[in-house]
Amino acid sequence: MKKAFPILGLLTAVLLSYALYEALVVAPQEQTMGDVQRIFYYHVPSAWTAFLLFAINFLASVLYLVRRNPQTDRIANWVVMALAVLTCIGGYVFRSALPKDVYPSSVATTGIAIAGLYFLIRKYFSEQGTDILALTTAEVGVVFCTVVLVTGPLWARPVWGIWWTWDLRLTSTLVLWLIYVSYLVLRRFSSSGETPVLAAALAVFGALDVPLVYFSIWFFRTQHPQPVIGGGGSIDPRMLHVLLINWLAFLCFAFLVCWSRYRLERIQRDVEETQALEALLEPGGQVR
Amino acid sequence: MSAPTGITRATLTKDLRLEWRSKDALNSMLFFALLVVVVFSFSFDPNAEESRVIAGGLVWVAFLFAAVVALNQTWARELRNQVLDAYRVSPAPANALFLAKAIGNFLFVVVLEAVMTPLFIVFYKLHALGPAWQLFPVAVLGTWAIVVNGTFFAAMSLRTRSREIMLPLLLFPITIPALLSMVEATTTILVGDPSTSAKFWIVLLATYDVVFTTGSLALFETVLHAE
Amino acid sequence: MSYLYAAYAATWLIHVTYLITVFRRYSRLKKEVEQLAKK
Repeated sequence: MKKAFPILGLLTAVLLSYALYEALVVAPQEQTMGDVQRIFYYHVPSAWTAFLLFAINFLASVLYLVRRNPQTDRIANWVVMALAVLTCIGGYVFRSALPKDVYPSSVATTGIAIAGLYFLIRKYFSEQGTDILALTTAEVGVVFCTVVLVTGPLWARPVWGIWWTWDLRLTSTLVLWLIYVSYLVLRRFSSSGETPVLAAALAVFGALDVPLVYFSIWFFRTQHPQPVIGGGGSIDPRMLHVLLINWLAFLCFAFLVCWSRYRLERIQRDVEETQALEALLEPGGQVR
Repeated sequence: MSAPTGITRATLTKDLRLEWRSKDALNSMLFFALLVVVVFSFSFDPNAEESRVIAGGLVWVAFLFAAVVALNQTWARELRNQVLDAYRVSPAPANALFLAKAIGNFLFVVVLEAVMTPLFIVFYKLHALGPAWQLFPVAVLGTWAIVVNGTFFAAMSLRTRSREIMLPLLLFPITIPALLSMVEATTTILVGDPSTSAKFWIVLLATYDVVFTTGSLALFETVLHAE
Repeated sequence: MSYLYAAYAATWLIHVTYLITVFRRYSRLKKEVEQLAKK
């Protein structure tokens, strides 16, 4: 386990450098925006990584809450499986209702992937491990989200002349960032006995909030239209290739950062436990 | 089914009676509400035309701050008298307790709003150009949105450090879609542009209320017994 | 364009800052573990 880390680290560094080279040199220059558009190759993968990390945080939080009681655990297993099946079927049955770029197969894959992640986390992480996973993905997710919020305006300024436009994507990312920063603050300020449960509850609330945030800002934007940062529409296949390479590189990087943070937290908790035990067992010492 | 509602009603009546007897919290909150309106009026002093456009935002931000102060108050009293520990030990369902607290807070905040609204109307020379009756569902749904989450997060922050700052810190990000809906709905109604309608915002507020009331009821027991 | 380099630099600055905080906590913890092992 320990030897793998430096090797993976080196590989990731190589991949990131190659991805950077692709972004700056290989990718074709964009027609209207010019070279500034290359920020896209860092802005978008960071956003997707942050969202993936927050999704894992949500799954870990739900798992933590659900596993405290064997009954709810069993019910939750069935619910997750049912949701996965329903997403697969629903994606095909309601094919016409899907937005333009979304295919039934991607809906099905997403449903199965989420269920798969749920069961993987459930199998390989203990109760405490699930809590540490939630903390780790939240922290690293906030880091990546910060990158999105910094690169967004840096892209907007030369292209649109303004730093911020309250457009749908940037604003909903800002709200997501705020929710998760408040999550991290709660984790830091609450008394250690109850932290995992409170944090998990907050994460569930945050997840419930996300679609509402999206819809409210979407409607607000249709009432007060503004320029869209990040552009929509189709993408040149060469650009798509560079985008995906950068995403892969950042995913590997995120994985290593999470792994380090997870190990750090594990060691920290073991040390605290040991210190607490020592204080109890100290000869002649007072048991508090 | 009557047992939980009975408990809810009993807790609610007890809270209201306590509030009425002590009156100190209520009076200081009313004065706070008046101060907020006056300070806002000194800070934003537009003529009648502009006031309609920004009044929605002003009013709801003022309500939000007053609600936060009220919410901090209500749980603080429970904590002082160690009532919370009694609740945790009692066999009463936690939901009933939560509902009683939330409804009590709701009534409390509604009283504050009832005091602040005429003041706002007078200071800003407001009158709605759109369908004014729609302001009623907006006020009810919007206040409930703030209060239901506020009560839940207030309970969550009870045993955290810096408890008073924890509540708004947790509440504000989650309430953003509700806040946006309330402000936009109010502004739409006040401005009264015939091509716009507050209906989408009211439906969104209702959805928000349903989602978070359910969530709070489902998770309150867990949060209460967090240790 | 300078905005492009600023964006890339800012990205790595943020990541490196976070990694430094993690690493510093890790070395502090390692010292504590050594102290505990000595006892």
